Amino acid sequence: MSGEKIIIRGGRVIDPVNGVDAFVSVSVDDGKIVAVGNVPNGFAAHQEIDAHDQIVCPGFVDLCVRLREPGQEHKATIASETAAAAAAGVTTLCCPPDTRRVIDTPALVNLLRERADGAGKARVIPIGALTRGLLGKELCSMMALKGAGCLAVSNAYAPMENLLVLRRALEYTTNCGLLVIVRPEEPALRNRGCAHDGAVSSRLGLPVIPYSAETVAVAQTLVLAEQTQARVHFGQLSCARAVAMIAEAQSRGVKVSADVAIHQLHLTEDAVDGFDANAHVSPPFRALADRDALREGLAAGILQAICSDHQPHDPNAKLDAFPATEPGISSLETLLPLALQLVESGVLDLFSAIARLAHGPATIMGLDAGTLSVGAKADICLFDPSLEWTASGTDWLSRGVNSPFYGSAFKGRVTKTLLGGRVVHSL
Amino acid sequence: MNKSIQFDAAGRLRHFLTIDGLNRGLLVRIMDVAESFSSVTEQQVKKVPLLRGKTIVNLFFENSTRTRNTFELAAKRLSADVLNVNIATSATSKGESLLDTIRNIEAMHVDMFVVRHEASGAAHFIARHVAPHISVVNAGDGSHSHPTQAMLDMFTIRQCKGDFSKLKVAIVGDILHSRVARSEILALNTLGTAEVRVVAPRTLLPADAAGLGVKVFHDLDQGLSGVDVIIMLRLQKERMSGAFLPSEHEYFTYFGLTGERLAKANPNAIVMHPGPINRGVEIDSRVADGPQSVILQQVGNGIAVRMAVMSMVLGGYGMANVGVAS
Repeated sequence: MSGEKIIIRGGRVIDPVNGVDAFVSVSVDDGKIVAVGNVPNGFAAHQEIDAHDQIVCPGFVDLCVRLREPGQEHKATIASETAAAAAAGVTTLCCPPDTRRVIDTPALVNLLRERADGAGKARVIPIGALTRGLLGKELCSMMALKGAGCLAVSNAYAPMENLLVLRRALEYTTNCGLLVIVRPEEPALRNRGCAHDGAVSSRLGLPVIPYSAETVAVAQTLVLAEQTQARVHFGQLSCARAVAMIAEAQSRGVKVSADVAIHQLHLTEDAVDGFDANAHVSPPFRALADRDALREGLAAGILQAICSDHQPHDPNAKLDAFPATEPGISSLETLLPLALQLVESGVLDLFSAIARLAHGPATIMGLDAGTLSVGAKADICLFDPSLEWTASGTDWLSRGVNSPFYGSAFKGRVTKTLLGGRVVHSL
Repeated sequence: MNKSIQFDAAGRLRHFLTIDGLNRGLLVRIMDVAESFSSVTEQQVKKVPLLRGKTIVNLFFENSTRTRNTFELAAKRLSADVLNVNIATSATSKGESLLDTIRNIEAMHVDMFVVRHEASGAAHFIARHVAPHISVVNAGDGSHSHPTQAMLDMFTIRQCKGDFSKLKVAIVGDILHSRVARSEILALNTLGTAEVRVVAPRTLLPADAAGLGVKVFHDLDQGLSGVDVIIMLRLQKERMSGAFLPSEHEYFTYFGLTGERLAKANPNAIVMHPGPINRGVEIDSRVADGPQSVILQQVGNGIAVRMAVMSMVLGGYGMANVGVAS
């Protein structure tokens, strides 16, 4: 890429895949990592990055980031959100196909990649649509999508017309070698709900999405995944029972993986008390026991990845009565600090936290990323684990202004992000 | 957090959105003030000048006859100017956002919004966004809250029964969708009611009904046994198509209030209903019109209680020496 030689000195380098946790230098040449440890003989760096008091780790891989482009540029753009990704230490991100123009053709995939390349802040991996127009009826041209660079397909939040279409779609992906990402939700049980079926919705009189909306879909998908041998990944789980079902399937050797959105590891149904529209998410925040089961599932490796589930909105999307607001959080820029809170509270060790943010998701996608191995792309995140700051939203790079974490005090922030050996963010 | 939105910096009641967060002293004061207005409504000249020069806007995003009428009468008897805005036939159907609608009416220099909306949380949302001099009274938001209805029911119970601490109260019917039930449960518990019960089939109860502070019954005979107050809720016709219930007939058979069922309650029990009544669906006509029914008394009390709430919120009337924030 740049041909530049860089040395990152003085930092604590953590690379879970290679078992590295040491105060060593990282040498980068021509966009690739050439050494972790002793600087190669005769290596004349053009640039030295001082990483004292910093942690140097692989750039994060985020399995679910809405960029809103094409079609909803009033909410956000590829340029704005990939810049936010860089500020979050995310170097590779996957965007679901449910843009206003659905990503169901190679042309759309190419368009996204070209615009992302033009912005140059993060690698964007578009997820192709599983069915044409996400209508749940006809299969997309998956071979062609794969040819254009898709690694996975998904129907995102859109329902399948019936289980037969899902079965056929899963079968078809097996001969393309594509991963199927499923956001499990039975639409009839979701109905018009917007909150967890628990104590808070009982009090506030909010229409509910029972946890069974998720477990019914997980059960159906697991049965079909097992039968078709398709590679299925469940995105953004919200309830304890779903984690247990996936663990059970994994123990029998079914090829399924799962992730959880960062905010589900922190907030519960209590967050919607007072009708805070910024806490309106889909799936909804559930009971404390669900949150704790998600944390345990993550620590145990049943869930291999944390994603941001970043959903930037324009202000109007949240300016209405709670049920009428659009769900989602602009969550990139709090991803790392919220993950570090999990380390602080003993849910995960730092090694595992970084693994779930980098190599875990990369492995799910089959990406050669999320490591500091010699020869790997120099996608690197530097963060200061003790930097204290308050999320104000005003200095965020994401155009989304919707977060329940505004005003929260955090410890730890990304200070520098390298993409292919190029500094794309510097605090 | 949400509860403090009802009070201004000085701890005075600024909005009336929910019973949640209001203490017993304030609820009693509302009833006391309502009591003092009851005589006004029986006089030849039914007006007091408490809110002269104030403009109150009835902002109804959902149809209502009784509630809007009583709010309008209450405002007029307090000498306020009243503007009725029926949004079902107004701007939001042309795509105007809720907030834009509010901003536009706000620009007409009004003092109070009385809001009814089909979405839970709408009144809170509006209260959070109105100009600092405007008060919001919730006239029903989704399945969440209908605090003036709850207070007029408390007022009616107090008139008939006096001390709440000796009462057993049963609320019967569609608790799941009922903003009235949620507000009544809060009010009854705040006022120290001995026992609050809900009686409903499982499909018409929220997930954590017991968490609301009630005893849950699925059998009407058991639920009515020994109670002093029976509050029947209206059953919407659409509950049948939503697969909540098999039929009106089955509902009436098992959950309808008949004379026979009423006999399970204490002999001097009163029968209440927030209206409008579905005769032969949730209540037998002979009971609705019978000697134990106080349904029409409730309607009359609606005006006095709404006068009390509006004068307290807008004029600070009767608010002296009340420790309001709980």
